[in-house]
Amino acid sequence: MASSVAVIDYGMGNLHSVASALSHADSSVKVLVSADPKVIRAADRVVFPGVGAIRDCMAEIKRLGVDDMLREAIAEKPVLGICVGMQALLQSSQENGGVECIGLFEGQVKFFGSDLRDHDGARLKVPHMGWNNVQQDVEHPMWQGIPSGERFYFVHSYYAACHGKPFAMASCNYGLNFTAAIARENLFAVQFHPEKSHTAGLRLLHNFLHWDGRA
Amino acid sequence: MPLAKRIIPCLDVDNGRVVKGVKFLDIRDAGDPVEVARRYNEQGADEITFLDITASSDDRATTVHTVERIAEQVFIPLTVGGGIRKVDDVRTMLNAGADKVSINTAAIFRPELVREAADRFGSQCIVVAIDAKKVSLPGELDRWEIFTHGGRKPTGINAVEWAIKMADFGAGEILLTSMDQDGVKSGYDLGVTRAISDAVQIPVIASGGVGNLQHLVDGVVQGGADAVLAASIFHFGEFTVPEAKRFMQAQGVEVRI
Repeated sequence: MASSVAVIDYGMGNLHSVASALSHADSSVKVLVSADPKVIRAADRVVFPGVGAIRDCMAEIKRLGVDDMLREAIAEKPVLGICVGMQALLQSSQENGGVECIGLFEGQVKFFGSDLRDHDGARLKVPHMGWNNVQQDVEHPMWQGIPSGERFYFVHSYYAACHGKPFAMASCNYGLNFTAAIARENLFAVQFHPEKSHTAGLRLLHNFLHWDGRA
Repeated sequence: MPLAKRIIPCLDVDNGRVVKGVKFLDIRDAGDPVEVARRYNEQGADEITFLDITASSDDRATTVHTVERIAEQVFIPLTVGGGIRKVDDVRTMLNAGADKVSINTAAIFRPELVREAADRFGSQCIVVAIDAKKVSLPGELDRWEIFTHGGRKPTGINAVEWAIKMADFGAGEILLTSMDQDGVKSGYDLGVTRAISDAVQIPVIASGGVGNLQHLVDGVVQGGADAVLAASIFHFGEFTVPEAKRFMQAQGVEVRI
């Protein structure tokens, strides 16, 4: 039987691009977009996306019980968090005046600041929007076939500060070093958008669809 | 290695076909938007912008369908603009697969639309398009004004002040089209590009008047743009995206190769 992946739809943004990128990464996989706990439970893998403001995301996550779905899912199958889906896994975010998050990982999501500068003192724009280099700090099956330093597409104004934590898998620099990927057991999450990162992004999604979890 | 400057081919789409800019050569049709978008995706474009210039709103369904087909096959960010008048139009395009939606004239008539759209969908997907033309006379302090209707109608709005206001209203990015007075491909208006880029904290895409690859470099280096948009130089095979990137890299611009 073909394996399946469920993309959790909690009303935050368009998930078609995530779904079509997953289908493109492996056409034999059945892709489902749903908020139904039964569908999430039955899937072989789960993708936890997220765009927009964290307060709205967390409100919907709690209202629909997505946090419980996630806790249940990570106990038994591979889960991939994307963008705000990664940020929501941390303890809290500075966005929207301070928002408590799901708290599966220790750390805070912080604002890039209104006076962000590069090494030469030149002003950097916020949001951090575009293709930046992802340094793989820890080996992981999800990186297979992707060189460290490969560029992925980012768009965010807040970043995860998990530097030096054992679960920090990758980092990126934009005026400061921030965490680009985190992982523990069945769970892998990225700040960038693999579904918008062309060949490298599709490879990461392909790796996810073939990852048995428990790195 | 820092964040790469983005190269963005732009598809001006009229009735489901890519068309060239107005006064350039004599060729009108530049192909099927899905095929053209796929080609740029394969060439390593960093994003694609799709501007619907269809005059009649009856054909909006065609546009939505085209955006859907592009989004199914192109895995880089896609911005869609043209005829976005209300929050529902933004939602329609996002649901069709656009990553960002560009608002132009409607923001001038009702600036609150930008705030509402950004509140609802997040600033990251709201682009405000500004068509600016220099109105100061030689010897005067530089001043640029916003024009509508393809550069024919002045609005009296100062382009730099408008960009600051739109950023305050929640725009995540500015798509700045500088309109040269004589219609020749003489490059971006670097003055207004620099003025707006310095005035706002959000990224600025330079657009309008690209005739050669040096213009792309100038937009970044002199104009301070975070991304450069071009249409005809790519559509008719004059230059490919990799050629543009290699040229820019050789001039010291950080690009994604």
